[in-house]
Amino acid sequence: MDTSSQRHVVVIGAGIAGMEASAQLQGLGYAVTLLEEQPQTGGNLLTWDRLFPFKRPASEVLGELRSRLGGIHVLTSRRILNIEKLNAQFILTVNDGTVLTADAVLVATGFKPFDAYRKEEYGYGIYDNVFTSVDIERMFREERRILTRSGEVPRRVGFIHCVGSRDEKAGNRYCSKVCCVTAVKQASELKEMYPDCEVFCFYMDLRMFDRHYEQMYLDAQTRYGVTFVRGRLSEAAETIDKRIAIKVEDTLVGKPMKMTVDMLVLMVGMEGRTTQLYNSPTLGLSVGKDRFLNAVDEYTDNNLSRTEGVFLAGTCTGPKHIPEVLADAGAAALRIHRYLCQKA
Amino acid sequence: MKIEGKKRIWSEYQKEIPDDKYFYVRSCIRQSFFPASEVYFLKIMREVLHRDIYENKHHTTCSGIGYHSDVVPFETAMTVVARQFALMTEAGYENYAASCITSFGLYSEIIETWKKFPDVLQKVRDNLYKATGRTFEPPKHLAHASDIIYKVRNEIAARARYRLVNRYTGAPLRVVEHIGCHYAKMFPSKGVGGAEYPYVLTGMVEAWGGEVVDYPERRHCCGFGFRQYFIQANRGYSAANTRKKFESMEPFRPDMIITNCPGCPYFLDRWQYVIAETEGKTYGDNGYGIPVFTYEEVAGLVLGYDPWDLGLQVHQVSVEPLLDKIGIPYDPTRKYAGKDQKDLSHPESPSVLKV
Amino acid sequence: MVNFGFTINKSTRIDYDQASKDVSRYVIAHEPSALLCIGCGCCTATCSAGQFTPFNLRRIQLQVHRGELARLEQETEKCMLCGKCQMVCPRGVNTRHLVMTIHKAMTLYNRGELKDL
Repeated sequence: MDTSSQRHVVVIGAGIAGMEASAQLQGLGYAVTLLEEQPQTGGNLLTWDRLFPFKRPASEVLGELRSRLGGIHVLTSRRILNIEKLNAQFILTVNDGTVLTADAVLVATGFKPFDAYRKEEYGYGIYDNVFTSVDIERMFREERRILTRSGEVPRRVGFIHCVGSRDEKAGNRYCSKVCCVTAVKQASELKEMYPDCEVFCFYMDLRMFDRHYEQMYLDAQTRYGVTFVRGRLSEAAETIDKRIAIKVEDTLVGKPMKMTVDMLVLMVGMEGRTTQLYNSPTLGLSVGKDRFLNAVDEYTDNNLSRTEGVFLAGTCTGPKHIPEVLADAGAAALRIHRYLCQKA
Repeated sequence: MKIEGKKRIWSEYQKEIPDDKYFYVRSCIRQSFFPASEVYFLKIMREVLHRDIYENKHHTTCSGIGYHSDVVPFETAMTVVARQFALMTEAGYENYAASCITSFGLYSEIIETWKKFPDVLQKVRDNLYKATGRTFEPPKHLAHASDIIYKVRNEIAARARYRLVNRYTGAPLRVVEHIGCHYAKMFPSKGVGGAEYPYVLTGMVEAWGGEVVDYPERRHCCGFGFRQYFIQANRGYSAANTRKKFESMEPFRPDMIITNCPGCPYFLDRWQYVIAETEGKTYGDNGYGIPVFTYEEVAGLVLGYDPWDLGLQVHQVSVEPLLDKIGIPYDPTRKYAGKDQKDLSHPESPSVLKV
Repeated sequence: MVNFGFTINKSTRIDYDQASKDVSRYVIAHEPSALLCIGCGCCTATCSAGQFTPFNLRRIQLQVHRGELARLEQETEKCMLCGKCQMVCPRGVNTRHLVMTIHKAMTLYNRGELKDL
């Protein structure tokens, strides 16, 4: 296609939503610029080791998505300083001085993991052996071993679901959707690594919502011997030997329970990334009370923002797992295509 | 333990504590439990640190003890408290300092209620006026007296004759800090450092040379619980809570406990005797208990006041081993001599707890 | 020792660190389908014995795993072995055999003979 007549879409955020949408848009014949704040593409997937439900390495998925980026103008370590609208076009000023002109903008800014330190009573950032699911995933990826802070093999580990999710006091009423299945995955992986380690999952509701997840849960119970306790962690404290004493209610027995674990893993939820972009009058984004972006219509127009020419994809509109994000990114690309065809 | 993590939380719970000019109200029970604590708060603030702390003899109970025992309704409590505020307003003060933790909690609850429901405040104004002819303004600043000692902790440290340091080893004393439940659990933002990792007593301990022990049951209630204590048959439940705390802190071998509540030091101190007599268990070194102090007593000790003038002879757990550890001199023959030198009479010796 | 007119209450919470896991291990070894339970309560809802006694299989099998063993031997004797629970269990737990296994384990445990197995 002749580049002079080719129309240009700028995709903001090179996580999996941004990468997939960019590839789809390029396939539809558009010139695409993919902007990323971080030094490399991949977003939150960069921090993950293996992915539920089949434990496929995140690097493989990432490699596949990156392999589709040929011909796309990828700009990493770039921040958008300003966005203006001139007639039907967006003028984006980037921190390296580049000025981009776009016929449509796709916001794919994703999520950030909940900052577990905000749950003061869980002692993250204070007690040595309190970790987050992100920390554990990093250990799996970089160290290939899960060890306590003092370098020992844990004999008992507790996974705490819903940290920063379904929690009014943390300011997050919503369910982050993927933490339950991530806990089941990490708990099973840990048992695979250390069959003699006692592993507990403390949950409020187990939300095994997708096709293969119930099987993962069943395997965790029977093949791996993970124990599931229905009760939310009330408080954690450090014992003299640097283990973590936890208090939960086993709500199905109907009694409070005290237990000491060698490692406590907090399953942190997803939070909307309230970047400066969210305040741009040109983009005119509608940010919900939960800090996720609102679409025009949550049923029928989930990729449309309230501003003409500005589209949404991925977890910036709410928690999603990978297949949902990729489907959403594809759908967003088609909505942009429809919009640009109508403009022509 | 990463102290930076705690510092991050502490930095988010800073409360404004005025430096001077307080209307001070005593606790109902502290003068009989720890007879010198309030006197020495006033003495230190007025004579050592030259602050204006005003007291009014017409001040009464805040009725919190009855409120928390379900015998005084909230409406009554609010009107009683409004009268205290009227005394403050009449004396020309705007900063209110409570000696009692439960009073502080009740004052916080009432002030927050009035902020949210101005019609309730108006009704209380009407009730008080009808009953007493008094008018009042709620305090501009509400502080617990421990907030104020926290505020001046470095001034006290600068004048200290003793530090919370083991003179034999040179190591900081290992101090358990226990915060009264009603200090910040209901309103975390009203406490220095918040409710999970309160800093109010930790700050004093650090400033005076000690080291705080963080043990798993640090948040647990001392067990007083008002109704649980008042009825004899329920006291085993009260003592069980205290025992839970001691079992949890025992491996850390603390040298002492510092508290900021009227009930906590009393029960943490006296229940050690009951636990020893009932179960044969003691928690200090060599059959002694772990001595428990009010923050005013600790401030008085580091400033060099005589331990018996500070009322430490009425403690159940002997304080002498700790005084020896710090190097504070005391006259054993004066322990039970009152201020008028008349014998206060000697307590019986327990059969298990060493004194 | 002094009589204060009260005794110090024992804790009623589950202390998992101290709890005995012997019965749990025995039950899982002899009836592995116990691991399948998701605590849904179908068994208890339909239980013939549970309509007239406090018998509650969902809770009993959890108590086994938490080491809450007091009176479990007598509790399991309330089961009428009708097998209705087995029909309704969505996870296919062999509930009837589970009750008998718990009963046997508890009998051995109370006699002090379980650890040898």
